[in-house]
Amino acid sequence: MTTYTSDEMMTVTAARQLRNGQVCFVGIGLPSEAANLARLTHAPGVVLVYESGTIGTRPEVLPLSIGDGELAEHADVVVSVPEIFAYWLQAGRVDIGFLSAAQIDRFANLNSTVIGRYEDPTVRLPGAGGAPEIASSAAEVIVMLRHSERAMVPSVDFITSVGFGRSGEGRERHRGAGPTLVITDLGVLRPDPEDHELTLVATHPGIEVGTVRNATGWDLRVAVESTVSEPPTPAELEVLRALKAKTVAAHASPNPFALRT
Amino acid sequence: MAEITSIGDAVSELVADGSSIALEGFTHLIPMAAGHEIIRQGRRDLTLIRLTPDLIYDQMIGMGCARKVVFSWGGNPGVGSLHRFRDAVENGYPQPLELEEHSHAGMAARYVAGASGLPFAVLRGYLGSDLARHTRVATVTCPFTGEDLMAVPALNPDVTVVHAQQADRQGNVGMWGITGVQKEAVLAARASIVTVEEIVDRLEAGGPNHVVLPSWAVTAVALAPGGSYPSYAMGFSVRDNAFYTAWDDISRDRDRFSSWMALHVMGDAP
Repeated sequence: MTTYTSDEMMTVTAARQLRNGQVCFVGIGLPSEAANLARLTHAPGVVLVYESGTIGTRPEVLPLSIGDGELAEHADVVVSVPEIFAYWLQAGRVDIGFLSAAQIDRFANLNSTVIGRYEDPTVRLPGAGGAPEIASSAAEVIVMLRHSERAMVPSVDFITSVGFGRSGEGRERHRGAGPTLVITDLGVLRPDPEDHELTLVATHPGIEVGTVRNATGWDLRVAVESTVSEPPTPAELEVLRALKAKTVAAHASPNPFALRT
Repeated sequence: MAEITSIGDAVSELVADGSSIALEGFTHLIPMAAGHEIIRQGRRDLTLIRLTPDLIYDQMIGMGCARKVVFSWGGNPGVGSLHRFRDAVENGYPQPLELEEHSHAGMAARYVAGASGLPFAVLRGYLGSDLARHTRVATVTCPFTGEDLMAVPALNPDVTVVHAQQADRQGNVGMWGITGVQKEAVLAARASIVTVEEIVDRLEAGGPNHVVLPSWAVTAVALAPGGSYPSYAMGFSVRDNAFYTAWDDISRDRDRFSSWMALHVMGDAP
């Protein structure tokens, strides 16, 4: 039996959601890893868009930042930042917004701004970036994050990017349908079709439902038809590990252009 | 016509204490050398405008240059926090820092309005986000369809500073690759400084998305090879991702940060 980490399980599960022909607006970090795994395995025709203005990019190593040269050199086209948000995202040309965040709550609202009060934060997080408009305008949103009570909270301190609002009221004002899947290192959650509360629909192999509920900051409901995720295939793991090894080597290598060290 | 000058003269003539300045460059072409010159010249009470504050604003904040930051994403991309930025926000060190926070889409629209000579821009943005209650936005109703949209105020920095690959001897500027919001930020500003990798007889497109700023739309051009390091200039250098990772440790501790800046930016003898 193949062994794999819980992060690999999460990445593979997320990658499997993408299909050829879909236009995917990719956040940095976990989403970028999953989106590129999809492109290098079952979905070579997925169109990856990054907020730096790179459209249809096929990086050979994962970017550390959203604007690495790797993304520009392997893009179908590079456009300005005003253009990527106005013509491509806002106008409705993006099928999937692929996001992560420091926190998510039971109604799939995302926080990447502050822990604590905005005026006097306990922890100052990086902020919004492109996420609020991706969450609003992409036809649907897939969220990836690691499962913990600190990350999966009843109600986020600050809604940076809206899911279904403070009371799950819905999304009449938004062009996009909002979060349709939340993929963690323990399982998969979906908003309930009626009240939009995130509900456990799958656990990863070897993970007990009780473990997932204990790692969730609210009383997590479990779908009646809850399943167990398919484990990563050897082929998926091989591609993912090769990509990550190439990336680590590329990011660690001394820069021949470095002026100062 | 742009004056071809040195970074030192351009900064001393155009950047005053209390100015609002935008050093733009989206991961790529970040004007680090110009930022270091502003630090060395000891500018104070600046309003720093930039989508992604990055290492350059972390350094300017840590060195006490900034009163306010107008931004949309303040992290070290793929690495973690900007520790000097966080220390200022969370602990008021070395001085309190006022924040005006937007989304990337909002900041981009604000520069477009500024470059267009309009007082505000309109977008479908900030919907359902708590940001709307903590920043300068307002709802406007479309006079044609009745749809409610978000308005954001124009950005018109006193000075915009960018780094580009080339200028010619007349001061026309050429850049390519990821060009972010630089064209809009330069055209929105009252004055602009462009540092370049090289000065050539004729501009050449060296990569995708070639953008030209005519000399008469730029105030000053200064030669600064490697002036975006550890960011990069496509065709000239690659991003030093290892340095961005190393910055996490250098900047975490106040004293280590100060020593590093003294040695590498202020030019103090070790």
